[in-house]
Amino acid sequence: MSSKEKGWKEISIAGVCSKSSVGFMTGDWKTYMPVRDLEKCTTCLTCVMLCPEGAIKWRPEMGKIEFDFSFCKGCGICANECPTKAIAMKLPEE
Amino acid sequence: MAKQPVKQEIMALNGDEAVAYAVKQSDVDVVAAYPITPQTIIVEKFSEYVADGEVNTEFVCTESEHSAITACLAASATGARTFTASASAGLALMHEILTVTSGSRAPVVMAIANRALSSPLNIHGDQSDSMAERDSGWIHIYVENAQEAYDSILQAFRIAEDVNVSLPIMVGLDGFTLSHTLERVDTLPDETVTQFIGERKFPTVVTHEGKTVPFKLDPENPMTMGPIALQNYYFEFKRQQEEGMKNALKKIQEVNAEYAEISGRSYGNGLVEPYKLNDAEIAVVCVGSTSGTLKVVIDELRQEGIKAGLLRLRTFRPLPVEEIRSALKNAKAIAVMDKSMSFGGFGGAVYHEVRHALYDGQNHPPIVDYIYGLGGRDSNPKAFRTIFEDLLRIARSGRIEKQINYFGLRE
Amino acid sequence: MTTTQEWKFTAKDIAAKPDLFLSGHRACAGCGPAGVLRLIMKATRGPTIVTEATGCMEVVSSIYPYTSWALPWLHTAFETAAANAAGIDAALKAMRRKGKAKQHIDIIALAGDGGTYDIGLQALSGAVERGHDFLFVLYDNEGYMNTGIQRSGGTPIGAATTTTPAGKVIPGKIEKKKPITEIMLAHEMEYVATATPYYWKDMLTKVRKGLEVEGPAFLHVFAPCPRGWRSEPAKTMEYAKLAVESCVFPVWEAINGKRQLSIPSKLIALAPQKKKPVKDYLAGQGRFRHLFTPQNKHVLDEIQRLTDERWQRLLQKCESSV
Repeated sequence: MSSKEKGWKEISIAGVCSKSSVGFMTGDWKTYMPVRDLEKCTTCLTCVMLCPEGAIKWRPEMGKIEFDFSFCKGCGICANECPTKAIAMKLPEE
Repeated sequence: MAKQPVKQEIMALNGDEAVAYAVKQSDVDVVAAYPITPQTIIVEKFSEYVADGEVNTEFVCTESEHSAITACLAASATGARTFTASASAGLALMHEILTVTSGSRAPVVMAIANRALSSPLNIHGDQSDSMAERDSGWIHIYVENAQEAYDSILQAFRIAEDVNVSLPIMVGLDGFTLSHTLERVDTLPDETVTQFIGERKFPTVVTHEGKTVPFKLDPENPMTMGPIALQNYYFEFKRQQEEGMKNALKKIQEVNAEYAEISGRSYGNGLVEPYKLNDAEIAVVCVGSTSGTLKVVIDELRQEGIKAGLLRLRTFRPLPVEEIRSALKNAKAIAVMDKSMSFGGFGGAVYHEVRHALYDGQNHPPIVDYIYGLGGRDSNPKAFRTIFEDLLRIARSGRIEKQINYFGLRE
Repeated sequence: MTTTQEWKFTAKDIAAKPDLFLSGHRACAGCGPAGVLRLIMKATRGPTIVTEATGCMEVVSSIYPYTSWALPWLHTAFETAAANAAGIDAALKAMRRKGKAKQHIDIIALAGDGGTYDIGLQALSGAVERGHDFLFVLYDNEGYMNTGIQRSGGTPIGAATTTTPAGKVIPGKIEKKKPITEIMLAHEMEYVATATPYYWKDMLTKVRKGLEVEGPAFLHVFAPCPRGWRSEPAKTMEYAKLAVESCVFPVWEAINGKRQLSIPSKLIALAPQKKKPVKDYLAGQGRFRHLFTPQNKHVLDEIQRLTDERWQRLLQKCESSV
């Protein structure tokens, strides 16, 4: 076991979790990534609602949508469901 | 005794009623249970308390024992004091959740009216049911009589809910022999019980928000209970449970001593109860109500000049290894009584444990096993005398004729 | 239930509400159930305790030391989601009576189809009969996906799973999907509904209504699984829509036994020509691929017939309950 992992005296009983999964990045799972055409985006928020990862954030104070690529697994639901076809799935180098 | 024990009310109760009465006095928040002979009187009696408004408990009549223990576990996780009762097939149905309960460190208290396991179906007393659960991570206490059933249920809440223990506990009373037999039971006043048990206490844990908070489900301090822990952490949590068991060894003794001050009653040191063992040449080890009968036999033998003694194993988990060794250090021959079988094993569960405990001790006398009483088969004092006769022969010759004996079985 | 008013969950309000089912969970890319859980937690109305059966979503959200739950959360075993809820409910009731707990706390029990249709049905039926105050949400991905795509009572006829493979003789699962919502409705519950995450506003409204019931409520959510269905991860929400459009999974609710279609299904009832053939829904899902061969055409026909039959029966039930 790696030395980072704690001993039995150092952790809370019964497996009470000590970390939030927002510290566990799943963004490196993806092959394709969503790329948004801002001209076509109407901020209807369909992508925000249907993303299983919570990786698409609505920033009401800025009136903007932000993609969080540290969690995006590249599933492509956002691109498939976008009513104005403003999102395309592309390889990162494209 | 330093203090004068409190004045107590003398009641005539059977073992099940004694348990129900103790639960009534313990300010239990949730009782979830399913009926099974010979435990039924406990839930029936408690239902009467509920129906008459004598308790402030949420009583959940579940659709199975599996849900009964699960509801207790979840209620306990939410911060409630919880109690359930079962026996035999019911306990077996609970098995899956018994390990979840101990692994979740939920201090659920459960009475077991010990009964045989099917098949063939048999409703009568033996200890096959709870002995099959010896590795489920629960504390096991077995009582001798209805009085001890009452006393032990009160003590069980204190032991299980100790923050350094935080483990579930089962209190075994022999089916019918204790569950259905009326005895004199001295009961403490309600306020004495309230004071003795106190409010439930919680260990602290550190949550994913970095807060150090009491270990319970609380929207103000969210925590994740019952996660999946893989190769990297599972083992550490199991080691923590073992520490809880070690702490229970101490706690059971403390609670036994404290209870003695209040009530005037104690059961050995809480772990083991030796009877006329100091100078005993031959000794019998047993679990549960059989000790009552064996004490009578030993008294007779003592009058005849035979140095016989008894060790009642009151706490079976955690196993009081040191106490077993020290109590049996002078015995020249030992018989262990097993009210359950470990098929294909070498003797019954109690035999395994006692013989195992003695291995590293100074004294290694011949030690034999008597499997008896299965399915409620009666054993009387006269019959038990033959065990002591066997032991005398073994002590004198140093030779064991038959290591594993089926006592009271027709060939 | 105190009210039958329609809740106005607007996209902007919901999107602005912080997630309670957190990012960093380990569900597969395009996971339907993960999308469902993230959304339904946004319909909570105050202090809430969540309890969950063993299953995909339990595993992906609680890999120690990480948790994806911002709410208090309890897992005990596979068949125990409803019994957990019963215990939590009993504890809260007793502690409130004794002044140890002050506020009202909602309870949500989550389970997959295995933990609902099969191993968890007894505990669910018992908890509902006893009237515990909780919302049970079934996320139905139509199989035991966590253990490697085995059939459950919720797997539809014709689907290939690892325990109902499409063989030379047997074309996938030969039994029908168990009508679980009818079973729950037969318990005379105050609130029973079906939903899919594609129609998220409808789903969230139903979650809220279920929470408002003082007693048990049951919500059956259709949750496509790209891994188990051998479908494209990008099409998860599309299948959640096609299932409604083909009437494979109509959305409806029953308040005190009065059943009515929800808008997406009502639109199809009003304009039957809009009802899509089941082929449109089945095609593209690898679990049904074997049905698109000449020798298995009869299975496809049978699926269409069963779907139509169940749809007609549902329409009659909605009509007769008005």
